[in-house]
Amino acid sequence: MKIILPFFTVVLIACLVYGGTRYLEGHILFGIIVPYICFALAIVGFVVKIVKWAVSPVPFNITTVCGQQKSLNFLRHSPIESPASRCGVFFRMLFEVLFFRSLLRNEKVELYGKERRLIYGSDRYLWIFAILFHWSMLIILLRHLKLFLEPIPYWIIMLQNLDGIFQSHIPPVYISNVLVSIGLVFLFLRRLKRRVMYISLPSDFFVLFLIGGVILSGMLLRYVYRADILLVKAFLFGLIYLNPVPYTGFGTMFYIHLCFISVLIAYLPYSKLMHMAGVFLSPTRNLRNDSRARRHINPWDYPVKEHTYEEWEEEFKDALKEADIPLDSENKG
Amino acid sequence: MEKPDEMKKAIDLTPKKGDWMTPEVELKKGTYCYGAPLKHQKYLELPNQREWQPHDVDWKLPENWKDIILDGMAKLLKKNRAFKLFMDICVRCGACADKCHFFIGSGDPKNMPVVRAELLRSVYRRYFTIHGRILGKLAGARDLTVDVLKEWFYYFYQCTECRRCSVFCPYGIDTCEITMMARELLNLVGCNIQWVVEPASNCFRTGNHLGVPPHAFKETLGFALDEIRDLTGINVEAPINKKGAEVLFIAPSADYFASPHWYTLLGYLMLFHEIGLDYTWSAYASEGGNFGLFHSAELAKRLNAKIYAEAKRLKVKWILGGECGHMWRVIHQYMDTFNGPADFLEVPVSPVTGTKFEHAKSTKMIHIAEFTADLIRHNKLNLDKSRNDNWKITFHDSCNPARSMGLLEEPRYIIKNTCNHFYEMPENTIREKTFCCGSGAGLGADENLEMRLKGGMPRAMAVKYVKEKYGVNMLACMCAIDKAALPPLLDYWVSGVDVCGVHELVGNALVMKGEKKRETNLRGEPIKGDSKDTK
Amino acid sequence: MKKIILGLILFLLVAFLPLGYNIYTGKKAYIPVIKAPEDKKECVENVFIMRKRHNIVLEKWRDASVRHGIKKYVSLNGTYKISLTGTCLGCHSDKTQFCDRCHDYAGVKPRCWDCHNIPDKVAEK
Repeated sequence: MKIILPFFTVVLIACLVYGGTRYLEGHILFGIIVPYICFALAIVGFVVKIVKWAVSPVPFNITTVCGQQKSLNFLRHSPIESPASRCGVFFRMLFEVLFFRSLLRNEKVELYGKERRLIYGSDRYLWIFAILFHWSMLIILLRHLKLFLEPIPYWIIMLQNLDGIFQSHIPPVYISNVLVSIGLVFLFLRRLKRRVMYISLPSDFFVLFLIGGVILSGMLLRYVYRADILLVKAFLFGLIYLNPVPYTGFGTMFYIHLCFISVLIAYLPYSKLMHMAGVFLSPTRNLRNDSRARRHINPWDYPVKEHTYEEWEEEFKDALKEADIPLDSENKG
Repeated sequence: MEKPDEMKKAIDLTPKKGDWMTPEVELKKGTYCYGAPLKHQKYLELPNQREWQPHDVDWKLPENWKDIILDGMAKLLKKNRAFKLFMDICVRCGACADKCHFFIGSGDPKNMPVVRAELLRSVYRRYFTIHGRILGKLAGARDLTVDVLKEWFYYFYQCTECRRCSVFCPYGIDTCEITMMARELLNLVGCNIQWVVEPASNCFRTGNHLGVPPHAFKETLGFALDEIRDLTGINVEAPINKKGAEVLFIAPSADYFASPHWYTLLGYLMLFHEIGLDYTWSAYASEGGNFGLFHSAELAKRLNAKIYAEAKRLKVKWILGGECGHMWRVIHQYMDTFNGPADFLEVPVSPVTGTKFEHAKSTKMIHIAEFTADLIRHNKLNLDKSRNDNWKITFHDSCNPARSMGLLEEPRYIIKNTCNHFYEMPENTIREKTFCCGSGAGLGADENLEMRLKGGMPRAMAVKYVKEKYGVNMLACMCAIDKAALPPLLDYWVSGVDVCGVHELVGNALVMKGEKKRETNLRGEPIKGDSKDTK
Repeated sequence: MKKIILGLILFLLVAFLPLGYNIYTGKKAYIPVIKAPEDKKECVENVFIMRKRHNIVLEKWRDASVRHGIKKYVSLNGTYKISLTGTCLGCHSDKTQFCDRCHDYAGVKPRCWDCHNIPDKVAEK
């Protein structure tokens, strides 16, 4: 159920687009209206989500410390795992965002053998495939910039040539396409493991299938059902300058690809995919471990009911006297 | 109770088919804590007070309990970005799953940190997100029902807020933060546990968790002084509520009322005497720990207020804190925010070495391990390591000083300078990856023993490993709850390994001016050479 | 809070960068136009195939000619000599006006000219 339903949702999207453009002249709907609506939903949703996060304050400094604090100068301080400066936080976040530092720490636990010994092993598969997947996605995204920029900046061409350096076919197979597929398949297979399956929600599979759909349709568009790239670029320029021209010349695959992407970006702000923005805001990572050197202010701090010394002394007067502990009330008087 | 082997055999880290969406919870005796007594709820003026037990069928919830919880949740989301963020961005990758000691020890899939958080997230999605409202179960959203609430109670009082999972989470999602929020919500409808509320109430009234009144406090310190005199022949003083002292010393109350904490207390007293520290104890702020933290931010602040208030009243220059775990979470990450700024104090300076503790220049409170490590570094202590030769020692990093503070090297530096035989446990189980004792965050209740033993299993196994490999027979640690929880834990899983505080080792090794020849260590055990088995 | 707003603005800037970029370069309405040779009506295949798949046709030509020694290409439009310089450039004589316009626009860098001479350049020399 967790898998089948999201799978058919994605298939349904593809079918709708297929049917719509083939038989119902849906070029305007799927080529123009859907992308516009989805893009608007994406931008508005994204901004709203971030603002919603931003308006909630961080009342306490709750850094998760993963290394030696900065204290005595003869003990070696760990400047990145326990950052005491902005620079340290910068590098901590950099490693976290670009290289998934925390995921790299991953290890697995097993109760091994007859004795059921508790053993630990390194478990970096998730890290490796997550890195493959995310970096490939980034490269693919950057490559697609060529469809939105004219003249195309040189570095995009460079990136594209590098990506397609194995010229075994024409058109060349992009390394990023292969790697992103491998990464995605692994992430999918991993979800099937009993323990990960237990924690998975239908939405986890939906995202996987949707991204899978984007990748598959994109590759088909390149290698099998080729689109006229000149028209595509001209069409996209029309879209971004609010001057859309409803071409009918594209194959169905183009509309499927476009709609998958539209759905993906529209879904992004309302889903777990917001981790891409959330990771920057995580208070356990982006704060300095300097809470004893610099006071962290809680904006909603309010006075609370305390048990003051005077009240306490009054209550324990006899006991204090018995113990010869000096009393404030008597010394003053 | 089951034998250790059987308990271990019963663990299955692969969940059965299905998922966590159906709220069901079996309150098995030995795996949950009892409800808070009315008396203490009253004293702290907690909301929705009543006599109540988790195993009661009817929890006597207030009629509008749902509204209270949802309203409370809305407020917490507004007050705390971390909460909001952690509700939204989890991708359920499962990297946290086998990092939780309760999951490893019990195999209960709802103890995976991700599922623990999902218990709360599912309700968040149902009432606070669009897709949850529309798609319901498909979006992982659940209605808030009594069963869900019971599940919350069971599992959020089965998390020791140790933050180990947050080290491994790629987005830094901290289950501790989520547990804190869930406990705040449970408190709103009057579902508290005795082992948290009673100490908090005691602390609010008398100044310490154990409810020790001032004269008993003085008496117990007196016993310690007597013991030191018998041992060393030296008259040591322990000033209480002394105005104008340079330093206010605050330790967890267990240090002066429980064993093996007691020997750590002797260590402090001997050390302060030896360096001639001008300090004072306080009978009013006679507690460093803060069980309010396991209840709500407000209660934590209420209990914490005493420390600065007392420092101000006694006109000390700075504050020194003893060996404790969550106490240091509060002092390092919360105290200044709660009750600061401490502008009436001065930046701590060691009167012996002249070291200025710049890293505490705002909070103005330093950890005794920082203080002692600095003394040792400057050769201010005469230490005889061989007096600890009875023991082969390993060190257990307590969760909070390790992961919320980064106090990793100071205790090791002290241990290496006071002992000849020190062995580290496997690296997956120490420093920032340290395993909880299984009894933190207010779960140390006797009635919860089975769960505590399960949760402490990974820690105990690491101790067993060094015991078998190096013959380790002493586990040093720096947390009052550790010192109370680890002995029964090790008895159950390992046996033959004792627990001590770091300053007990200092007390043993410290050669005091004018002391008589020491025949025994602080525990009264003959110092090495005697073949008699130690304890 | 300030930092978040800044980050958000940065994100939006990046997201809308293409808009400004093309306006800045003055090419927002640019579509490359290529001139078909006036004297010929059909290419080696019909125009739809040529637009999308000329690269694949050329790859076939290369393999046929260089690897298998086949020098003739038969299509519905007739029989052609397999030769880039001879046949293709015979009609589409200006590389910069014909090939490059689209290739630059589409960001494609064919490797034809790794081996083949560009006729103009030869002429210049």
